[in-house]
Amino acid sequence: MTRHERTVDVLVVGAGPAGLGAAAELAASGVRVEVLEREQDAGGVPRHCHHDGFGGRRTTGGVSGPEYARRCTAAAERAGATLRTGITVTGWAGPRTLDATGPGGLERITARAVLLATGARERPRSARLVPGTRPAGVYTTGELQQAVHLHHQHIGTRAVVVGDEPVGHAAAGTLRVAGVEVAALVTGRPPQPLAVLRRGPGAPVLSRTSVTGLSGRGRLTGVTVRHEDGRTTTLRCDTVVFTGDWIPDHELARRGELALDPGTRGPAHDASYRTGEPGVFAIGNLLHAVESAGTAAAEGRAVAAPVLRHLVTGSWPARRAALAVEAPLTWIAPNLIGPDDDRPLDNRFVLRTGRRRATPLFEVRQDGRLLHRQRLLLPARPGFPVHLSADWLDRADPHGATVRVRLL
Amino acid sequence: MNRTVTRAGQPLPDGPAYDVTVIGAGVVGTAIARELARHPVRIAVIEASDDIGNGTSKANTAILHTGFDAVPGSLEARLVRDGQRRLAAYAAETGISVERVGALLVAWDQEQLDSLPRLLAKAEENGYQAARLLDASRLAELEPHLGPGALGALEIPDESVICPWTTPLAFATQAVLAGVHLHLDCRVTAIEPGTEPGNGSGDEPGTGVHTLTTTRGTLRTRGLINAAGLHADAIDRLLGHDAFTVTPRRGQLIVYDKLARDLVRHILLPVPTSAGKGVLVAPTVFGNVLLGPTAEELDDKAATESTEEGLALLREKGRRILPRLIEEEVTAVYAGLRAATGHEDYRIKAYPDLRYVAVGGIRSTGLTASMAIAAHVTDLLARTGLDLGAPAELPPVTVPVLGEAADRRPYLDAGLIARDPAYGTVVCHCERVTEGEIRDALASVLPPASVEGLARRTRAGNGRCQGFYCGARLRALTERAPG
Ligand SMILES: Cc1cc2nc3c(=O)[nH]c(=O)nc-3n(C[C@H](O)[C@H](O)[C@H](O)COP(=O)(O)OP(=O)(O)OC[C@H]3O[C@@H](n4cnc5c(N)ncnc54)[C@H](O)[C@@H]3O)c2cc1C
Ligand SMILES: Cc1cc2nc3c(=O)[nH]c(=O)nc-3n(C[C@H](O)[C@H](O)[C@H](O)COP(=O)(O)OP(=O)(O)OC[C@H]3O[C@@H](n4cnc5c(N)ncnc54)[C@H](O)[C@@H]3O)c2cc1C
Repeated sequence: MTRHERTVDVLVVGAGPAGLGAAAELAASGVRVEVLEREQDAGGVPRHCHHDGFGGRRTTGGVSGPEYARRCTAAAERAGATLRTGITVTGWAGPRTLDATGPGGLERITARAVLLATGARERPRSARLVPGTRPAGVYTTGELQQAVHLHHQHIGTRAVVVGDEPVGHAAAGTLRVAGVEVAALVTGRPPQPLAVLRRGPGAPVLSRTSVTGLSGRGRLTGVTVRHEDGRTTTLRCDTVVFTGDWIPDHELARRGELALDPGTRGPAHDASYRTGEPGVFAIGNLLHAVESAGTAAAEGRAVAAPVLRHLVTGSWPARRAALAVEAPLTWIAPNLIGPDDDRPLDNRFVLRTGRRRATPLFEVRQDGRLLHRQRLLLPARPGFPVHLSADWLDRADPHGATVRVRLL
Repeated sequence: MNRTVTRAGQPLPDGPAYDVTVIGAGVVGTAIARELARHPVRIAVIEASDDIGNGTSKANTAILHTGFDAVPGSLEARLVRDGQRRLAAYAAETGISVERVGALLVAWDQEQLDSLPRLLAKAEENGYQAARLLDASRLAELEPHLGPGALGALEIPDESVICPWTTPLAFATQAVLAGVHLHLDCRVTAIEPGTEPGNGSGDEPGTGVHTLTTTRGTLRTRGLINAAGLHADAIDRLLGHDAFTVTPRRGQLIVYDKLARDLVRHILLPVPTSAGKGVLVAPTVFGNVLLGPTAEELDDKAATESTEEGLALLREKGRRILPRLIEEEVTAVYAGLRAATGHEDYRIKAYPDLRYVAVGGIRSTGLTASMAIAAHVTDLLARTGLDLGAPAELPPVTVPVLGEAADRRPYLDAGLIARDPAYGTVVCHCERVTEGEIRDALASVLPPASVEGLARRTRAGNGRCQGFYCGARLRALTERAPG
């Protein structure tokens, strides 16, 4: 018994909003697309996000995660894409050739174009090096949501949420649905001005505060926190959820020796979603950790044109100028400048900042030469996307030095 | 064959007294039980926690030592050397993963470099002849990612890494298959020694029966082995002795992601100092990279927590040894407690009049030495006058292959998947553990009682995401399983 070897036109790894968006668009253009998904159901992370807010504008409406997952899946199927769930892509056997495992056996699939859409996850407690005991009751949002919504498990009675980004608020919501009291949200960041006026998490937010330890043997009994000024206290709880702190699921990308961007930790890519490896594209949260599902799906749809072009021409840029950010910015995506005049989604770059800036001013330079200055109308906040217009792209030299972006 | 494994809530079986009872189901206690199981005697193993190997044995650096740096002439030196050979052979037979990666004792300053020839001589004194000195350029060739400033190394080509979880699992499974009774969730709280004399002449040992009070009732036994690890001193005191005191020496460790595995090819050992063996960087059989352990004297035998200072120290040492490692993602952090007794050797002692052997102070080499300790202890017990009878063959066992290197993991085995598609359904994505393996573990001779126990049998849930994707599912599977 060996591997079953086949070829397809386009192989998509991951059936989240990004992969499904790409599959729908490509299949509608008449291309043979196959999507491989390791979970039993397609849909990606939204499958277990039971709150509303998917697909609509960030602050208004949208549908629930599971409904969104169903819609994405149905759209891809309707367009004629082949969706195969329960199949795990385990590694590479050569350029654009992937190995997979499923209940039907082992496969080796060669594609003319490979799309990686493997998503992102939250760093768990261990990866954040939070010291202390190793009791039960420690979650990430992803695990919590699955425990509550997919498996209806008992969680606990009183919880602390680490993080104050949208996902932290989603975690607090899930906890409440599960009948767990939310004692506090803890964040190292300064308080959000006017936070009281926005729809908050419904629990006190301890800002400028970090988690310094977990206690309890067997079951969690408390979370020790330290305020920036040195004060420490122990919050009594039997559950803690570590939220946010995203890391792209880049295992396949790294195993395929795709160059990563040092900021995002996802594959370095240009506005056409081309990675460093000919014929390999990347989309969705793999590129930049968590953006909204709508963004991931839109990236999926947007990759279709460059993929179709690649299927026809087979060409791939050899050298591209990189984009780099300076602190407090933490990353920018896309982060390579392609030789053609492809524009990023909505003609803008997505960035994240590590610190709040009330009146942000962007400066873009290449070789010291100023390419662009742009004042933003809204404050730049950690945990939320910041956007930079791509209007200056034609002034940059795609074969030149690294383009540097600063936030003043 | 009758398999007897009992847990909380079940009564201890009545019936005649056991011939031998082993207290503690760590790697040492299970190895002893397995060795004794060759003999036609009634044996019990009693363990305080809900699983075997749940104490120090689950949290070590998992190195199968050659014993090159032991104190020459010590009992530990002899048992480590002997144990290494026995365990390597046993691993080949049962499927316990071992990788012979070799070790490099790296010298980072002139003083350390100067001490390497002495360590080479010590290795030879310990009967290990294959060690050799390497200069800086050869070292850089062997370990291209080593930090700047390494001056040379002593190479120990036979140091290996081993699976720390399937080792006690194989021992315990084989013992249970051979008829040993395993009683879990069963803590010994008092012992009434059976001191009744033998024939009264003074040169023949007694035949009395000990009565053990446990959290699950009383149990009677003629022979007794104390393999209670950190608590061996307490058990010893229950028998009226005051021979040694165990002080825990904590070792904190950081496990780095599999994507870091290519950064290191050998076990990178520091040159030992008076402060202990120091911090090492080592591959694991699971395909990760380990950094640690610290060495902290404590007085709390349950203090397996990690600390801010401990982790900072490890990162500082790790950055020097392998700078790129520190940039990689961390998969897990844990700590283990060595059973130090303030004595540079094991404390194994037989009390013939009690038909009792105390196995204390199995410090930082007990995994390697386990099988040799077992043979030694069985020998000592037989000499107390307890009739063990002639040894026979044990029923064969195999354990799940948890090692990454062998390429024998079910998810890569087309034949296996064709016979049973459950081996093609991946449940734990990071560790690539399949439904078939989880089902097998839950239906095994020693099924796990918790997700942690399942992790030690399959690796499920131990990966980089630490449950983000599979945690809830694994809990559902474990809880549904008949316990
Ligand atoms: C807790 C939480 C709350 C959120 N709330 C909102 C919200 O309210 N509104 C909103 O718009 N967005 C929300 N998001 C963000 C949204 O879910 C993501 O942006 C979106 O799911 C990203 O899509 P994706 O396709 O890039 O990745 P994913 O949805 O993560 O999908 C990736 C898929 O790839 C599969 N995969 C990975 N590796 C392999 C492999 N080797 N082989 C086969 N398959 C593989 C995975 O199983 C997964 O199904 C939330 C996210 C989280 C985690
Ligand atoms: C950080 C660290 C690194 C190490 N590295 C290595 C290495 O690389 N190689 C190597 O060979 N060795 C290593 N070791 C040593 C090795 O792990 C130990 O020597 C070995 O695990 C000891 O096994 P044990 O069975 O004696 O103890 P344990 O595994 O602790 O077992 C004792 C058992 O007794 C039970 N028990 C205690 N009291 C009672 C009671 N009253 N009633 C019933 N049951 C009781 C406990 O629950 C426990 O399960 C290391 C140790 C540490 C801490």
